[in-house]
Amino acid sequence: MDDLAMMERTVANTAVETDTKSPKISARDVQVYYGDNHAIKDVNVDIQDHTVTAFIGPSGCGKSTFLRCINRMNDTIDVARMEGTILIDGHDIYARDVDPVQLRARVGMVFQKPNPFPKSIYDNVAYGPRIHGLARNKAELDEIVEKSLRRGAIWDEVKDRLHAPGTGLSGGQQQRLCIARAVATEPEILLMDEPCSALDPIATELIENLISELRRNFAVIIVTHSMQQAARVSQKTAYFHLGNLVEYDDTDKIFTNPQDPRTENYITGRIG
Amino acid sequence: MISTTFLAVFGIAVLAYFTSHRRAVMIGGDRPAQLHSRPGQHGLLSAMWVLIVGWSVLVLGITLWAAIENASLTGLIQDRAPELNAIERELVLSDARSIASGGIASSTGELRSEVAAAVRSKESVRVWTTIVLALVLSVLAGWNIFRQVNTAFRARNRAERLTTWVLMAAAAVAVATTTGIVLSLISETVGFFSVLDWRIDKFLFGTNWTPLSGVHVGVLDPDRVGALPLFAGTLLITLIAMLVAVPVGLFAAIYLSDFAGPGLRAFAKPMLEILAGIPTVVYGFFAAITVAPWLRRFGEVTGLDIASESALAAGIVMGIMIIPFISSLSDDVINAVPQSLRDGSYGLGATKAETMRQVVLPAALPGIVSAVLLGISRAVGETMIVVMAAGQGANLTANPLEAVTTVTVQIVMLITGDTEATVAAGPAFSLGFTLFCMTLGMNIIAQRVVKKYREQYD
Ligand SMILES: Nc1ncnc2c1ncn2[C@@H]1O[C@H](COP(=O)(O)OP(=O)(O)O)[C@@H](O)[C@H]1O
Ligand SMILES: [Mg+2]
Repeated sequence: MDDLAMMERTVANTAVETDTKSPKISARDVQVYYGDNHAIKDVNVDIQDHTVTAFIGPSGCGKSTFLRCINRMNDTIDVARMEGTILIDGHDIYARDVDPVQLRARVGMVFQKPNPFPKSIYDNVAYGPRIHGLARNKAELDEIVEKSLRRGAIWDEVKDRLHAPGTGLSGGQQQRLCIARAVATEPEILLMDEPCSALDPIATELIENLISELRRNFAVIIVTHSMQQAARVSQKTAYFHLGNLVEYDDTDKIFTNPQDPRTENYITGRIG
Repeated sequence: MISTTFLAVFGIAVLAYFTSHRRAVMIGGDRPAQLHSRPGQHGLLSAMWVLIVGWSVLVLGITLWAAIENASLTGLIQDRAPELNAIERELVLSDARSIASGGIASSTGELRSEVAAAVRSKESVRVWTTIVLALVLSVLAGWNIFRQVNTAFRARNRAERLTTWVLMAAAAVAVATTTGIVLSLISETVGFFSVLDWRIDKFLFGTNWTPLSGVHVGVLDPDRVGALPLFAGTLLITLIAMLVAVPVGLFAAIYLSDFAGPGLRAFAKPMLEILAGIPTVVYGFFAAITVAPWLRRFGEVTGLDIASESALAAGIVMGIMIIPFISSLSDDVINAVPQSLRDGSYGLGATKAETMRQVVLPAALPGIVSAVLLGISRAVGETMIVVMAAGQGANLTANPLEAVTTVTVQIVMLITGDTEATVAAGPAFSLGFTLFCMTLGMNIIAQRVVKKYREQYD
């Protein structure tokens, strides 16, 4: 109990500290086009480290698109085109010398539908570390796998069946496995695109608790359709509307005192 | 005459459709909703009955009459010329039929003319009874429905049930023919082995394949039906074919599904499908006329001794034939691996190639294995290419540069050779049965694997 209380305090402290530091991610004049469809318009945003930032907004407003800009997953879509700059720790991730493949090891991603590979639980988590050569030997790899599964809050449930297929787990467990898999490459940023939308309320609660924990080690960005969820887990909230970032502020403020009428309409349930 | 009757029955059916339809419309009057079934359904039901009754009477009539007539004519021949054996009687009968219909017979004579007269005299009776019966019964069938047309008549339900029966009959025909073919394969094979004193071991493991050498003196010698060289040849050529087809087909599928741009894919996929559409006989002469001489010249230059007909030439061309088969099936299974798995892998910082090798291919592996198995069963059963390019001598060798022969080639030679088909049928059927068992086994395994694979993602 004491331990937990301590942790809470450190989390709170770092959050306060980082507020004053330079942002982890800063996006400037970001535009994204899918062919002729202008999906993201002039987005400017600074995202803090050790903070959970929620992206909310009606569907089709470009939340996922913007999220995928941050790990350059849009590069894998043929028709997608991006303009503007995104800096992580002050470095332009769209610069010529940046390899998107290496970037994605630093910026982990969790998807809407749990997508464990049809491999064992162990191999799922070890996948990233193996590709990036993070472990020198089996013992180190074992260690990484255990640590990641613990961070994914699923270690206790799977420690006796690490070599059973990951696809055999329940939906909620699969999603936590995917979080553990993303965490295993030691990313600095964790992107989550509606990670709970395919899960039942109990699994959702587990993941939400986990997200609050993850903030200690990562900058977490979560896209969500549920305003309650955004209110529960995030410190900052960004509201997107038709490709524009309409409002970005402390979560409390967005939900209690939104500045823009569009945000207010969405939050009070008049749009969406 | 009979064929016109088939058309006439169809005409009656059309007529039945319109009369029943009209009657239903009239009964419906200005309140058509009071009819239980719509006029078209009344019409359809009567037309269906006409067709079913008319056509079955025709088919049954012809076959039954033919059987009866055959028996009586054979009896007649036996009466007149008791010294003839069964095959000679058949010959007389077929000659007589030719004479009766004004065609050319292999020989003529008193006996044949007499039988021909009998054929002719019975023919008209036979044909006319069948025709009249068919027409009368089909009209009655149509009338029977027409008469019942009424607001409460459930033509719709009855047409539905009748359709079910028709569909079932079609399915039964398909199943029955398959079963019939398999049964005849089995019975001929059993017959063949019973002549050989059940020396199946000699058939499977003997190395001397000259099955017809003792036939003219009336014996099949177990020592001369060793089919091992045939199996070995089939295996060798299949192996070469798969060595060509699997890597090329699989890599092409991988490239087209995940690496090629949309423009190239739109061009290359139809090209591969064209490759699949080339008749195997074309591949066959391509192998014999282009590839084999080229290989021989290559052999002369390099000092290798390559026969003009070689397992290598046949195998390579067969491999080319199977490439589109493997690539299109593999392409399907690779595409069936969910995009979310690829995204998951890219999201962890894996490259395309790493994703393909470590996530997509393992997930698609069962499907790829079954594609390969289906490819093998194609190769094992392939005939044209090997007939033209592999050679005929039953030569037990593992050297791909020599001529070998395959099971299918030997079946072709047995059946198209000079020896009477009834005698050559024994060994041919046994080979066919063995081939059938091999491909069936492979197809079953392939289907199992595919099914398991489907369960994984559905
Ligand atoms: N792969 C794609 N190809 C083309 N258009 C896309 C693609 N993904 C998203 N879009 C378009 O971009 C816009 C924003 O979509 P998205 O970012 O998925 O919205 P959200 O996640 O907020 O629901 C939508 O108009 C959508 O149709
Ligand atoms: Mg989305």
